[in-house]
Amino acid sequence: MGSENDDGAAPGGAPAAPAEQRSATTLRVNAEHHTLDLDHRRVLLDVLREDLDLTGAKKGCDHGQCGACTVLVDGRRVNSCLQLAVALDGCEVTTVEGLLGEGEALHPLQRAFLDRDAFQCGYCTPGQICSAVGVIAEAAAGHPSHVTAPGAPSGRPVPLDRDEIRERLSGNLCRCGAYPRIVDAVEDVEGAAT
Amino acid sequence: MAGTGTAPGATHSALGAPAERIEGRLKVTGGARYAAEHPLPGRAQAWPVPATVARGRVTAVDAADALRIPGVLAVLTHENAPRLAEPDDRTLFVLQDASVPHRGWFVALVVAETLESARAAAAAVRVDYAVDEHDVTLTPDHPDAYEPETVNGDFPGRREIGGPDGAPAAVRVDVGYEVTPLHNHPMEPHASTAHWDDGELTVYSSSQGGNTVRDTLASMFETSAEHITVVSAHVGGGFGSKGTPRPDVVLAVLAARATGRPVTVSLPRRYLPAVVGHRAPTLHRVRLGAGRDGRLVSLAHEVTTYTSHVKEFVEQAAVSARVMYGAPHHFTTHHVVRLDVPSPSWMRAPGEAPGMYALESAMDELAAELGMDPVELRAVNDPDREPDSGKPFSSRHLVDCLREGARRFGWSGRDPRPGARAEGPLLLGTGVAAATYPVLVSPSTAEAEARPDGTFAVRVNATDIGTGARTVLAQVAADALGVALERVRIEVGCTTLPAAPLAGGSSGTSSWGWAVHDACARLAERLAEHGGTPPAAGVTARADTAGRADAESDYARHAFGAHFAEAAVDTVTGEVRVRRLLGVYAAGRILNARTARSQFVGGMTMGLGMALTETSTLDPAFGDFTESDLASYHVPAHADVPDVEAHWIDESDPHVNPMGSKGIGEIGIVGTAAAIGNAVHHATGVRFRELPLTPDKVLRGLGG
Repeated sequence: MGSENDDGAAPGGAPAAPAEQRSATTLRVNAEHHTLDLDHRRVLLDVLREDLDLTGAKKGCDHGQCGACTVLVDGRRVNSCLQLAVALDGCEVTTVEGLLGEGEALHPLQRAFLDRDAFQCGYCTPGQICSAVGVIAEAAAGHPSHVTAPGAPSGRPVPLDRDEIRERLSGNLCRCGAYPRIVDAVEDVEGAAT
Repeated sequence: MAGTGTAPGATHSALGAPAERIEGRLKVTGGARYAAEHPLPGRAQAWPVPATVARGRVTAVDAADALRIPGVLAVLTHENAPRLAEPDDRTLFVLQDASVPHRGWFVALVVAETLESARAAAAAVRVDYAVDEHDVTLTPDHPDAYEPETVNGDFPGRREIGGPDGAPAAVRVDVGYEVTPLHNHPMEPHASTAHWDDGELTVYSSSQGGNTVRDTLASMFETSAEHITVVSAHVGGGFGSKGTPRPDVVLAVLAARATGRPVTVSLPRRYLPAVVGHRAPTLHRVRLGAGRDGRLVSLAHEVTTYTSHVKEFVEQAAVSARVMYGAPHHFTTHHVVRLDVPSPSWMRAPGEAPGMYALESAMDELAAELGMDPVELRAVNDPDREPDSGKPFSSRHLVDCLREGARRFGWSGRDPRPGARAEGPLLLGTGVAAATYPVLVSPSTAEAEARPDGTFAVRVNATDIGTGARTVLAQVAADALGVALERVRIEVGCTTLPAAPLAGGSSGTSSWGWAVHDACARLAERLAEHGGTPPAAGVTARADTAGRADAESDYARHAFGAHFAEAAVDTVTGEVRVRRLLGVYAAGRILNARTARSQFVGGMTMGLGMALTETSTLDPAFGDFTESDLASYHVPAHADVPDVEAHWIDESDPHVNPMGSKGIGEIGIVGTAAAIGNAVHHATGVRFRELPLTPDKVLRGLGG
């Protein structure tokens, strides 16, 4: 958590930056409002992990190369390590912690990852799950991928076969090599939804 | 085929069952806390400063600008950092003197209130160097190469049976192979959070073994191990690179001592290759001689590799030849050169992974020269005893793995001619290679307690780096106690628990499991004395496997496996894609079918990366790895990995440990690259002998 500041600002890395390099920023994270006095250099990932103690989003590379930090911003997946938080004022952020349903019920993808043993060390897992939530929504909205047939009807939902899932999740690295099981898990949920 | 057998005497068999990971819910909900995720009150963040020269000395550090940055608490250098006692592993002796043994060596550490300030200040630290000439280039005939007495794993560097090679052979193969440096790159960067409180040190560290971290810190900081607690509850992968303490933990403890604050050091991804160990490059010469029947009359495997000036680490790449195949003339040796390079260390199957790439590729070349099926060539050369030691194998079912794999893969209909299958611009081929990994086991302690509420607490400082250690140890306990898995509460990942060895060398489950098994078996006896019901205070039993787990065995103990691959080679782009990858293993008793399959598949996936995508280069001018981040060092991504299949044969081995298990964490990477390379040869008719098989090399080889 951020430390107390001399002028009593909310946590948010404030003590390390003068007032002119901070801005009050409101984020709705997992359905809760937070107004934070943010260092302009602070990325969303560090806001989540350091200020809000939501450590489900992981820091694997801090350079947008591994996908472990993937969260949903206004419903779309992003690498939170590449998002300056101050630029997200007013946005809705969903992290892996926010995917739980009523009564702490697991999201279908969380359940499927357990059922399929779709992880080992678990460090890429929250990013894989958030990314998969985004993938399913993108395909349902008709977004094509590199492997979508060129003749597929524009704007119509794209069926997520295994090649589509692999292609669309390729921004999420898993060094333990759980890829085939992750594809199984996403396929289970996609199959149940269609 | 998955092992689901029942342990002798067990009434409820938890062992072998595909039990779900105990910590799984925490991992899929974001609740599992890793080393950098412990927000202690007042915690500061630290950012290291790496050396920008390949060899020399720091002559001056100007930290004035860095210290002016708001939020900066300290800039530690060799001039002001607390003094440390010298450790055995000199890669940990950071900020103690001015020398720079390689580029990327840490020369300063900034401690600040926030990550942003720490990072900005690290960039503002000005370091002057006296620069010396450096040499980071490994060549097969480097003048400074020497033959080391021993190599990693304490194996002799050189072994020779039957005098120098030169036996008459109908067919000979004499070939060279090359494997570049490779990086472990676990998804969680090396990180530690340290907190001193009135002489008591608590460290959350991303480590494969907390006891070694504790003991190393005790010696370096000259305190007693009782004053140190190391927690490694969840670890985001290691693959050998967290097997022993790395500089992050020393820096965190130094910074916490210097500032009086809890401090987290989470190493930036791009700094990892230089400071956490890597797989050293290996240059191989393999010479095989065989009769027309395929039987080897001579086998020579000579390896040249490098190590750093900081410590000697020799990748034991010729050692697996001593296990795999016998020959009247058998020669294996290593040469190593000390260069101004980052220190190499363990990476998944050190020795076996590059060594078996070379040996199993050469076996494929020999099969082609003989006009013999490569499965059959391995079968006729399957020895009765371990060739090097002469010991009988505790179990060796390599040929069964090859036959079972061939059946599942559909090998029998294979047209052996190279270049015979095409699909438009694609050439298709299949390949096979064998795998081996030793059975390693270390002494461990463990404790089991029967509680009045009918549950059992089992405690051991095992580390779950993603293997599923919690789950499989609970299964071992349930099996030994003869109770349902749900009644077992397993505690791992903290040095306040009974001491245990690291998660490494594929030895964790065997080592910890043995102690857990013994503690639980003893507890079951004690419980029986109480009529089966524990008294109100509970009953506890302890076990220590010292003297048994580390006893010399009369047997040569190894796991074996067979890998089959199908590859498609694009003759226009040079791209190689793996279509199918199948492994069959003989690894003793499989204790959890679900987590075991994941480990095998994970190892094969890393082998696929070794074959096709992963490579690192030391820039001769800068002395630096040019592929230092995940954008340039290509670990396989989803789209690279097809449906990978892992199977095993039921293998019973009474000579390994009470569970009958062998290690499974590393064998999946062994031989996978050779199987893929052999498939590429089958597809194209061209032998590529340098990994990885990237499009530039493939196009050049195809003459495109």
